[in-house]
Amino acid sequence: MSTVTHDHPHDLSHDQDHDHHDHKPTGIMRWVGSTNHKDIGTMYLWFSFTMFLVGGAMAMVIRAELFQPGLQIVTPEFFNSMTTYHGLIMVFGAIMPAFVGFANWLIPMQVGAPDMAFPRMNNLSFWLLPPAAFLLIAAQFAPGGGAGVGWTMYAPLTTQAGPAMDLTIFAVHILGISSIMGSINIITTILNMRAPGMDLMKMPLFCWTWLITAYLLVASMPVLAGAVTMTLTDRHFGTNFFNAAGGGDPVLYQHVFWFFGHPEVYIIAIPAFGVISQVIPAFSRKPLFGYASMVYATASIAILSFLVWGHHMYTAGMPVETQLYFMYATTLIAIPTGVKVFNWVATMWQGSLTFETPMLFSLGFLFLFSLGGFTGLVLSVVPVDVQLQDTYYVVAHFHYVMVAGALFSAFAGIYFWLPKWTGKMYDETLGKWHFWLSLIFFNITFFVQHFLGLAGMPRRIPDYALQFAEFNKISSLGAFGFGLSQLLFLYVVVKCIRSGEKALDRQWDGADSLEWTHLPSPAPYHSFTTPPKL
Amino acid sequence: MNSEQKNKDNIKMLTRLSVVALLMFGFGFAMVPFYERLCQVTGIADLLQPNAPATNTQVDKSRWVTLELDSNMHGMPWDFKPMQNSIKVHPGELTQLSFSVKNNGKLAMVGQAIPSYGPKQAAPYFHKLECFCFKQQALAPGEYREMPVQLVIDPNLPKSVNTVTLSYTFFEVKGANLTKAGKPG
Repeated sequence: MSTVTHDHPHDLSHDQDHDHHDHKPTGIMRWVGSTNHKDIGTMYLWFSFTMFLVGGAMAMVIRAELFQPGLQIVTPEFFNSMTTYHGLIMVFGAIMPAFVGFANWLIPMQVGAPDMAFPRMNNLSFWLLPPAAFLLIAAQFAPGGGAGVGWTMYAPLTTQAGPAMDLTIFAVHILGISSIMGSINIITTILNMRAPGMDLMKMPLFCWTWLITAYLLVASMPVLAGAVTMTLTDRHFGTNFFNAAGGGDPVLYQHVFWFFGHPEVYIIAIPAFGVISQVIPAFSRKPLFGYASMVYATASIAILSFLVWGHHMYTAGMPVETQLYFMYATTLIAIPTGVKVFNWVATMWQGSLTFETPMLFSLGFLFLFSLGGFTGLVLSVVPVDVQLQDTYYVVAHFHYVMVAGALFSAFAGIYFWLPKWTGKMYDETLGKWHFWLSLIFFNITFFVQHFLGLAGMPRRIPDYALQFAEFNKISSLGAFGFGLSQLLFLYVVVKCIRSGEKALDRQWDGADSLEWTHLPSPAPYHSFTTPPKL
Repeated sequence: MNSEQKNKDNIKMLTRLSVVALLMFGFGFAMVPFYERLCQVTGIADLLQPNAPATNTQVDKSRWVTLELDSNMHGMPWDFKPMQNSIKVHPGELTQLSFSVKNNGKLAMVGQAIPSYGPKQAAPYFHKLECFCFKQQALAPGEYREMPVQLVIDPNLPKSVNTVTLSYTFFEVKGANLTKAGKPG
């Protein structure tokens, strides 16, 4: 990046004089009909935070039921529904839209484009989300309750579930269409809309990670759409894709699903890598170490992600040769991931580090994501996985990479760019409180789940044997604390928007991408209507 | 690059990526026949063929044992004999045999068949699953009946034994309650 952006010792706000007469509709119509990438980015972020609270509330129900052995609070059916929709809402409603929100806000500014390539399609991509969220929540009130089939929606459970399943399938279709349109928009923006002089290999790494993620989405989301379409036709139109009695095979569903599902893991993780790759150099006051190797490592992770789906299915029945292939291919992913982790560490090496909230969340990410990666390596080994399949060890593993990975990096990104988005600074003390509370409660919640899994506690079951009681109690207490800590985050953000101190144009002196060096804070409604000179 | 040219490029990109998305949607469905074919080739599971009927892996196909059948009466006016005198069976194989019995006397009688085995060391290797000897048989005058025996000869039968004999002898059960004694079937 340092090759792109030299110091521009000029007054940024003067540079943007032509943007001062912003024309924008007021009131609700500004948002409903918005084609502005910043408005849409904001809507994505608020939507995902709302869904984060909904999915979080479901997690609280799960942890409350698991607080002690026996069935106390909810029925097993409702518990199953909670685990299912907690997963679906967090993955498709909270984490993915959060990073699409980042992409909307930042990619046009970082590549020097006036807006996304297809602003009206952008509007449609966002406004498809609320109906999908409505369907997922409405499914709880369908006859027979929510479909307690697990977020992976395995046949034959799904082909036998009640009407809630149809609402869920329809929601997944809508979410898929929304993501595909969003991805096409992002790819086109990055490839066609860059300012002159913004070569691909000079882009901020965040743009690179989203370019790669968007390709993953375009290639994998339609496969999920196919899988749920097959489920739908099996349910209502007499096909037998997954119905063994009609010559189908339920294991086929798992193959189709995980062909999507594993890239999906990286669809969530790779934009998080991008955020971290912006934040760590800024607070180390050094350019990112090994920029090119970061790009290649991200691309190799993306390619490998299409070749390892079988490691989710070791126990579904496959020949030992196939297991060996998936095991070796999965282990291989540790190499590019290791490259990335070492590059981040090397970026910090001999840097002038400071530890503001975004940096703290990035370091939390780095440490806990690596832990999650290690448990992933453990699970990639077939004989170990056969023992740990569908236990709380797996639950702990993927929450380390999803929560401490993706969510922490989203927090890092929000704290990092809030000054640019709102023009105001958040309360640093409260931000740090949010970080430390999240970090501590996260580990209380999920670290003990490794032990539960190793001891054999199965996931997705509302009751458990007595010997698991202590660790579950600890985990539940941690979860309640973690949930409450996120309300503090809401308070910090609202306080920042309402009464934060004025932020500098380049709030973080180490940040060197265009939105910091070429635009004032807050970023004007229309930016780079003429391409910046690089 | 003017903005009109840029719009054209963008639309071109949109079209290409939409085609990719559509192809991947199709790919999901293409996995169905691909998966079936793969399973057939690797023999994981033949999805279109019914499963082969369950086979008993305990049957020792490498070995034949001659099973001779014998029947005796102990002071009863009954005509009792096996439907076949001897058959060849594989050890471990489920074998079904039949005996016929007819009451030539003028009175209804109740009889009980007692099995015996030869040679003597073969006796523990006879596993009878169903036998007319499990209950008393009552026959009216002139009544004729065919009676089944289902048995398995244990595959652990000593290698030196190649011929075994199953023999039944009917004894009269005096004073038995005719109505309580077994009826056909």
